This record gives sequence, C-alpha cells and structure tokens, in this order.
Amino acid sequence: MAARPIRVLAIASGGGHWVQLLRLRPAWDGCDVAYATVHADSAADVPGARFFSFRDASRKNKAAFAVVALQLLRIVTAVRPDVVVTTGSAPALLAILYGRLLGARTLWIDSIANSEVMSSSGLRARRIAHQTLTQWPELAADPVPRYWGAVL
Amino acid sequence: MNGAADPAGGPPPQVFASVGSMFAFDRFVRAVDDWAAAHPDVPVLVQIGSGEYVPRAAAFVRMMPPGLYQQRIREARLFVAHAGMGSIIAAIQAGKPLLMMPRRLDLGEHTTDHQFATLAKFGGREGLHSAMDEAALHAAIDALLADTGAPPAPIAPFAGPELIGRVRAFIHGSDQG
Repeated sequence: MAARPIRVLAIASGGGHWVQLLRLRPAWDGCDVAYATVHADSAADVPGARFFSFRDASRKNKAAFAVVALQLLRIVTAVRPDVVVTTGSAPALLAILYGRLLGARTLWIDSIANSEVMSSSGLRARRIAHQTLTQWPELAADPVPRYWGAVL
Repeated sequence: MNGAADPAGGPPPQVFASVGSMFAFDRFVRAVDDWAAAHPDVPVLVQIGSGEYVPRAAAFVRMMPPGLYQQRIREARLFVAHAGMGSIIAAIQAGKPLLMMPRRLDLGEHTTDHQFATLAKFGGREGLHSAMDEAALHAAIDALLADTGAPPAPIAPFAGPELIGRVRAFIHGSDQG
C-alpha cells in the first residue's frame, strides 16, 4: 500500500488561539491538514485547506458547551486524524479527547497568554493529550508540560 | 465621524480599537467611545463583538473578516485593544503601535486575570503600550497620537524553526517529548 500523507487536524478557538495556530503552519507542510476554528470567516486565512467551524463556547455556558461537544465529535469523525494539534482553548480539549479515542496522537500547546500558570484546560490536557506544551520555560515541568519554544 | 455602523465606507480610521473576538468588553468600548466623543475630528472605529454598549461617537462593527481586520490595523495610526495575544500578534505582524487595556476577572470580563500577566510580559516591548484603566487609556491615546514612538519590531510570519521542527517531528512520530 502506498503511503498516504499524515492526516492532521489543526484546531483552535478564535482570537489569539487561532492566530497562534496559524504561526505553526510549516509544521504540517506535506501533511493532509484540516483546520477547525470558531469563525467561518477564518477560512480565508487558510485558502485551499479543508476547513470546519464550530460554535464558540467557554465552559461557563453548559448548554452551549454541549452543542460544541457534538459539533467537535462530528468534525473529528469526519477528518479521522492521525494527529490532532491545538493551541486551545477549552473546546479543543474535546477534540484532543475524541482524537485520542479514535487513535490519533495528540498535542496540546498551551496559549502563550498563559505566562504565569497553565490554563485550566491545559492542566487537564496533561492527562489527556499525548504531549502537552507550555510556551514559557519557567512553567515547564517533568514529565509535562514541556517547553519546546514559543510562537513569538 | 458619527456612530455609523458601516466600517467599509468613510475615511480609514486613525484609531482602530478592538475587543478581540471572544468576549464582550463594554468598559473598554465605552472608554474608547468617550475618547472619540471628545475628539470629533479623529475617525475612530471600534470592533465591539457581542457587547451591549453601542458607541455613540465612534463608528463600530461587531466583527469583521480577518482580511479587513488586518487592513484596518495597517491603515490606522494607532491600534487599541484588550490585552489579548491575537491583538499583540496582529499588531506586531502589521508593524503598528498597540495600546492595551486588560480585562478584569472581577468585572466578568474574562475567565481569569491572565491579561495582567500578558501585560507584564509584553507591555514593555517596543511598540506595545499598556493602560490599566479607562483614565489611563484616554491619556495614552492622546500621548500616542501625538507621538506614536517606534512600532513593534518586525517578526517572521511563522514560529521559530526549533518549535516548528519539534512539532513537525511529533506529527511524524519521531519526537514523543
């Protein structure tokens, strides 16, 4: 069987989470990448790529978060990623969980905004994702989160 | 410029202000609008997101597509925003001075107080300015329009090669950590 490109789901919420994800694009050059974020307009940032959007929700709003949970399940099962990479926030943790359950390797990169403590989702990601990163060396720990550098 | 909600028409704003794209930030929008009311000769545009406060002096838009958003930052003399990483990265990539006011947890403006930490880390860098409250924001807009100072130092469009390389290795299964 001919090798197929690695399928990557690159997913982030809006604002800074999405902007940070975009700064990592060369990492999946040559892969079969699908993007997912909260604003449909953001498709313009990744022309030509497979693109999904989902509702924005913080964990504060349980009903909205339940809707997002279903949307993300649909996205992950549609993409069937080999790898899930995210720069947060909370909804993306569900994509990590679903991806992992479906056999993907999963990478959580905590937002560079979390410079004094990991985000609450990042703390949870340490137990769910295969690898969890912080973007601040002083927050690095053994075994996780690791520090591999920052998007800035 | 009076409170027209059409960001596509009229002169490009000299001051472009944004609450970002995730949560409302009415205290910030009101502060920028109050400044605009006191400076009717300066075109001001505010992206207000889902906020309830609607500007009366500044032009406003709830959200705009990414391309137009980046264009507004480039056209403006000053970019004013919450202390979010999206705003910081957008300002640096556009080479535009940025003035930031942090969201406060105790006022329900965010889920944590991390924007204060963001200001502590980034607020002193060239071209990245901070104002801790509305009065300081007004003073800083005046000062920066009089002298915008140096813009943020330019950066490459992507993260550095070490981080990219390690994420790439993870994707290809050769770096587990």
